[in-house]
Amino acid sequence: MKYKLEAKNIDVFYGKLKALNNINIGITENAVTGLIGPSGCGKSTFLRLFNRMNDYIDSFKLNGDIYIDNTNIYDKSVLVDELRKNVGMVFQKPNPFPKSIFDNVAYGLKIQGINDKAFIKTRVKDALKQAALWEEVKDDLGKSALALSGGQQQRVCIARALAVEPSIILMDEPTSALDPIATAKVEKLILTLKEKYTIIIVTHNMQQAGRISDYTAFFYMGDLIEFDKTDTIFTNPKMERTENYITGRFG
Amino acid sequence: MNTIEKEISNLKSSLLKMFFLVEGQWEKGANAIINYDQDIAEEISSSENRINAQELKIDNDCENIIALHAPVAVDLRFILSTYKINHALEHIADIAESIAKYVSDYNIAYDKKIVDEIRLTEMLDVFNTMMDCLIEAFENEDPSIARRVFKKDKLINKINTDAHQIIINNIDKYDKNMLLYLLSSIRKIERAGDSLKKIGEEIIYHLEAKVIKHSKK
Repeated sequence: MKYKLEAKNIDVFYGKLKALNNINIGITENAVTGLIGPSGCGKSTFLRLFNRMNDYIDSFKLNGDIYIDNTNIYDKSVLVDELRKNVGMVFQKPNPFPKSIFDNVAYGLKIQGINDKAFIKTRVKDALKQAALWEEVKDDLGKSALALSGGQQQRVCIARALAVEPSIILMDEPTSALDPIATAKVEKLILTLKEKYTIIIVTHNMQQAGRISDYTAFFYMGDLIEFDKTDTIFTNPKMERTENYITGRFG
Repeated sequence: MNTIEKEISNLKSSLLKMFFLVEGQWEKGANAIINYDQDIAEEISSSENRINAQELKIDNDCENIIALHAPVAVDLRFILSTYKINHALEHIADIAESIAKYVSDYNIAYDKKIVDEIRLTEMLDVFNTMMDCLIEAFENEDPSIARRVFKKDKLINKINTDAHQIIINNIDKYDKNMLLYLLSSIRKIERAGDSLKKIGEEIIYHLEAKVIKHSKK
């Protein structure tokens, strides 16, 4: 089977600490893959491998290979800036820049050196539409993004990620700081986005993983314990540790 | 024990109570028709209210656990199977009442000779054994005990199938209404046996996550 992303024999170390242990996984294209597990299990470390965010950590060391579209993204020939155009990321807390809504969404295009105003305007509009925010902000694009609600700010961040037209979106607990209504909007958006993008999402919310993920991976203490279709994980997990975790009997 | 474990433990106790109430109801129903005991028949009607109340309580508990605790995996399977077992048990209790109603409605007892020929007592004994197996399987969470009911249900089905010809053969020898009521009782016990089989399937679904209904056991 051909995967959009593949991790092969992945070990990650932070100094002497082994954060991930021999992870092998294939991520399906145009699907949502949820990563679950207790804090410190390695799921965020794993997520950040795909856009090389861990490279900034001095003690970080990686063994094994990460492939996107069959290219090893840790190969010396890969340009990290180019990689990140293809792999967008949305973080736990909305982190818009202290700029207008328009400038936030246009930011990625501008740092790529794109100056064509008409092109940027079209891309910003398309990204805001894809992020299901256009109708709410179309008459106020000059307004500071910081003046928006938390849910709207997070959708600005999603639009910012989409504007550079990636094919993969990484999400690290994207709704943990949002109220249920904003969470529902972002979840609905994720389900729409998967038609065009491959999405990997870290979440501590079991119900959210159940609602939006097609596949779910359960990590525990650096090991990938179980990876399967989400409905299988949540109705009939094969591993006792998975069952104990998702039913709240862990520890 | 976390909160959902407590809820599930309480729900298990409630369903076990339902099992015992229905088992008691069934024993009374069997006694009423075998011994033509009108007092027992009346007692069944009055205890039906307790069973109905218990059914509603379990329904409500299942709804609350789903709404408040969002169960998954083994917990979800337990809630789903409990919900179905609860309704199957209530259906069995209704059948027990319906069988016993013959004693109140008709003034001729089932003739012992035809009861023996049609194997009514044996059918009721098999039914009781099935009920005992299911209670033990549910209480001890042992699917192998639940599986025993499938073979026993086949015996109940056989007695039911044979009953038709036995009634035809004896149609001129006994009171016709009595014979028709007897055949009706046999049919109802067969349906109750099917409900027990479904309960066995639900216990296996809960414990092994295997869907075996509509399959050859």
